[in-house]
Amino acid sequence: MPPFVVEFAYVVSGFLFVLGLKRLSSPVTAPKGNAMAAGAMLLAVVATLLDQQIISYGTLAAGLVAGTVIGALLARLVQMTAMPQLVAIFNGFGGGASALVAAAELLREGGANPGAAEAAAAAIGILVGTVTFSGSAVAFGKLQDLVTQRPVTFPLQKVLSGLVFLALLAGAVMMALGEVGPEMLMAMGGLAFLLGILLVIPIGGADMPVVVSLLNSYSGLAASAAGFVLGNPLLILAGALVGAAGLILTQLMCRAMNRSLANVAFGAFGGGAAVAAGDDGERVVRRTGAEEVAMLLGYASRVVIVPGYGLAVAQAQHEVKKLTSLLSDRGVDVVFAIHPVAGRMPGHMNVLLAEADVSYERLLDLDDANGAMDRTDVAVVVGANDVVNPEARRPDSAIAGMPIVDVDRAKNVVVIKRSLSPGFAGIDNPLFYMDHTLMFFSDAREAISDLAREVKEL
Amino acid sequence: MGVWILGLYVFVLSMMVGFELIRKVPPTLHTPLMSGANAISGITLVGALLVVGEGGGRWTVILGTAAVIFATINVVGGFLVTHRMLSMFRKQD
Repeated sequence: MPPFVVEFAYVVSGFLFVLGLKRLSSPVTAPKGNAMAAGAMLLAVVATLLDQQIISYGTLAAGLVAGTVIGALLARLVQMTAMPQLVAIFNGFGGGASALVAAAELLREGGANPGAAEAAAAAIGILVGTVTFSGSAVAFGKLQDLVTQRPVTFPLQKVLSGLVFLALLAGAVMMALGEVGPEMLMAMGGLAFLLGILLVIPIGGADMPVVVSLLNSYSGLAASAAGFVLGNPLLILAGALVGAAGLILTQLMCRAMNRSLANVAFGAFGGGAAVAAGDDGERVVRRTGAEEVAMLLGYASRVVIVPGYGLAVAQAQHEVKKLTSLLSDRGVDVVFAIHPVAGRMPGHMNVLLAEADVSYERLLDLDDANGAMDRTDVAVVVGANDVVNPEARRPDSAIAGMPIVDVDRAKNVVVIKRSLSPGFAGIDNPLFYMDHTLMFFSDAREAISDLAREVKEL
Repeated sequence: MGVWILGLYVFVLSMMVGFELIRKVPPTLHTPLMSGANAISGITLVGALLVVGEGGGRWTVILGTAAVIFATINVVGGFLVTHRMLSMFRKQD
């Protein structure tokens, strides 16, 4: 096949990537957008395989088959609740691949010596790609509970990270000056691997979504860098698209938590000594059970459900859907208030509820939910804590300024929770002790299915 | 004008396109979008195929083949899992 046909196929592929990404940003067109991006990828891969320069197909086929089998199995078998760690691990592979591509191209035997620009791009590709790889591995470990979710810190950690980064910069300069042997590349890879671990290990489990999103951006940038090494515009284009998309998503997530990226990266938030707010002792909670809550819900006209990660862990989304349908049949208006960081990734809760067939038109974002909170009869908080904590309104609180769902403004609040223990942020929640709050201590799934049964009997 | 500068044009403009496209996405789609974008970053697969396909010594083939496997996992897994998530979104209860 003549080279210009391959080049032209790359142009079409790049066009389809942009269009696919655009379609991915609206619920109606998103499935088509994903298919379009996948088609763009297939086109690019087929065109590449038909490229005249390719002389050995054996190893390529083996690699493609192995990767396809592993990827497809992971994508099919993993539970929806484990989605964040799955994205993390896919992302790590992508970053690792870009680092390997950059290194492999520099080590090519019999090729011309790489120019300074090419070597510098390779240094960036190896650095960013490997950081993505090891950082994603740590993020995966934390989300999967293989590594402690608490921030791991030790003395001089930031100094050590800084030194490793400086060493990597020095290495990149040496590479640009022509030092591109295997030892050099291995040293760069090793240091970058260490840096990825050092950067992610001090961040608490609750902040992993932000980390995964940022690393997603990095893997795009690494692909772009690999594109510069190979002189391939399609890699540069697609990598830059993802680099930008990841950055924006990261920013949206940070804004939702009212924190800066620097604070997420270096704050070591959500661990260590959690201080409960002042007066303990005489505060009382009002306990309740399924029967009482079912009465409240069954005769309400408007109910807001606030799902949190507890709901996801308990796999209670299908029970929630059942309860929602029962209440709707009785004429109760049921909506869901989705906090931007509910679940473990922005939008994770939407995916889980969608899995259970809850219409996305019932899912309200924070502003809409809070706007209508005053005319809400019952707010049901399921396995959420920090996102409904009124402490966030107090300027001296650890979560000060974090946007919350104002459930305390509803006429009644029911909190379904296993115990009074604090959430990820490690601070007490005064909501639990308010006069119009009922505490329903139970596993989310059991509680909701009990509620559904009681509502049916009303 | 060098190839490098052209590459830089592509990079800067693509970043701007990416920013513009993603700015207005509803939170519902953040997770599928992250996953879909992640699959797109597997475009490095094309680079891996080129590197291995052209031969070029033991090191290049070993590292390149590992890159082919890694990138394929990213691409195939990423698009499939995004599809799985998106096929759950329905308008009706």
